[in-house]
Amino acid sequence: MLVTEKNNMTEEIEELVRRYGRERSSLLPILQSIQRKHKHIPDFAQQEVARLLDIHPVEVFSVISFYSFLNTKPKGRFIVRLCQTISCDLQGKAAVSKAIERELGITFGETTKDNKFTLEYANCVGMCDQGPAMIINERVYFKLTPEKAVQILNELK
Amino acid sequence: MEKNNRKGTVLFSKYTRGEGIKKVLSISREDVLFELRESKLKGRGGAGFPTATKWTIVAAAKSDQKYIICNADEGEPGTFKDRVLLLEYPELVFDGMVIAGYTIGATKGIVYLRGEYEYMLKSLEDYLEQMRKDNLLGKNIIGKKGFEFDIEIRLGSGAYVCGEETALIESLEGNRGEARNRPPYPVNTGFMGKPTVVNNVETLASVPHIIAKGGTWFQKHGTDKSTGSKLFSVSGDCGKPGVYELPWGTKISELLKIVGAENTKAVQVGGASGTCIPKSQFERTLAYEDAATGGSIMIFNESRNMLHILKNFMEFFVEESCGQCTPCRIGNTKLLEGVEMIERGEFTFNYVNQLKELGRTMQVASKCGLGQSSPNSFISILENFKDEIFFQNGNGGTHGK
Ligand SMILES: Cc1cc2nc3c(=O)[nH]c(=O)nc-3n(C[C@H](O)[C@H](O)[C@H](O)COP(=O)(O)O)c2cc1C
Ligand code: SF4
Ligand code: FES
Repeated sequence: MLVTEKNNMTEEIEELVRRYGRERSSLLPILQSIQRKHKHIPDFAQQEVARLLDIHPVEVFSVISFYSFLNTKPKGRFIVRLCQTISCDLQGKAAVSKAIERELGITFGETTKDNKFTLEYANCVGMCDQGPAMIINERVYFKLTPEKAVQILNELK
Repeated sequence: MEKNNRKGTVLFSKYTRGEGIKKVLSISREDVLFELRESKLKGRGGAGFPTATKWTIVAAAKSDQKYIICNADEGEPGTFKDRVLLLEYPELVFDGMVIAGYTIGATKGIVYLRGEYEYMLKSLEDYLEQMRKDNLLGKNIIGKKGFEFDIEIRLGSGAYVCGEETALIESLEGNRGEARNRPPYPVNTGFMGKPTVVNNVETLASVPHIIAKGGTWFQKHGTDKSTGSKLFSVSGDCGKPGVYELPWGTKISELLKIVGAENTKAVQVGGASGTCIPKSQFERTLAYEDAATGGSIMIFNESRNMLHILKNFMEFFVEESCGQCTPCRIGNTKLLEGVEMIERGEFTFNYVNQLKELGRTMQVASKCGLGQSSPNSFISILENFKDEIFFQNGNGGTHGK
């Protein structure tokens, strides 16, 4: 990371700590904010969070590693999470996932070269009555068909 | 998502925002607890613990701070009724929390909203802001001197186990969402070590109706042991999937008719951690005393492959086990491997029986409800559908080449 990037990150985290408080119980909201913005929580950010909350960096890493929506390695600008649980599965999830993979030229678990998309599976996202469903960043999409899913991805800027 | 015109006898019956709060502030805490006991309301999150008992313990506890937590982690596969309540009936959920705060003596309520539902966050926060403006939250709520209460929404980050109440509290405290040993229970040692009530969204949403219309009214619905109504999240093979409010005690066969299900082979009641019910048992009733459920109903028709369904459930548990205790961490992996062996036709009945035995050990030896209930599907599907799985397609199972 460049020095200016580091300074910006420190400022950003200081602001988050001001907003959520210095307590340990603020750890998750702080990490979630960093994740939302940067699509991952870089090493330097982990150190800064640890320093400002006065906990060990290993603790921060350990918490991040527990939650599937937090990650330390970079991901695409759009994290696509297609539901893989049974109700969506029975409603045609496999065809949707194949179409997405074909269109983006990557498989689930990978990120496109231009860093635009990361493909992941999620467990039941609470849309079982209108599956197949997927969540992209903070939005939910449902009643997907292979064609509709690809169209949604193409429209993301 | 629009507010649908839903019909129902209890939860979806008429209610105006603030109605329960107004009523509750005019009666004593003891009276609230009395109505709640009278209603015989039990927890809708799965475990079915009497709500009045929980509230009474925390109300009686002496502490400088207490908490009411709304469990909106809704991660059980096939469950989405809390989504509907939060999106379409936030007045019920939040009024329920205010009533809880008044009754147990808490000034703070926290909603633990699953990360997957972040898209609701904005509208829920706007709703809370409006409640503050209308003095349904904040200080001296609608003129009641000294009654202060506010609600904060906190997000989860994609971990099913965080729906377990002690794991949820760990998560709120900034830790890995690993379940704690119980006891102590949250009612004694909860969030930040303080007495805490953790209730499901639907449990809290029932409370304003009970306060406004009375415990006796509520109790008249449902069965003797399962009072009130239940929201069922219905998905799978049926004409009209969605959320249905039905009285407890409804037969599975009746529900299937209502939702337009045909050629049904099996109904998974209670999600991946529930049990799979075959056609021969469709006259059973949905109730705490019979086929108990937090509301997940997944319907499978004759064309479905039961082993494929079981594999999907076991993959879920392998991914979602927090890994803290051995029976669950290793056990679920072994059960999944077993399903894959059956799929390939490389199994012995001896080994399958050993795996069922392992499942029974997990049910008693796991630390939390995840590991205790994950073998349910394994055992019930292999037992109830053994003809299909082991014999109809030769020993290679339905996938046998
Ligand atoms: C693995 C696991 C996941 C759970 N997930 C939820 C959940 O998403 N929502 C919920 O209300 N209860 C869930 N529970 C049950 C809670 O631990 C707790 O019993 C419940 O929130 C209490 O509320 P109630 O008495 O109103 O039902 C879960 C339990 C386990 C073991
Ligand atoms: S039973 Fe499973 S989820 Fe629960 S504590 Fe043990 S390993 Fe974790
Ligand atoms: S199974 Fe996909 S949303 Fe529930």
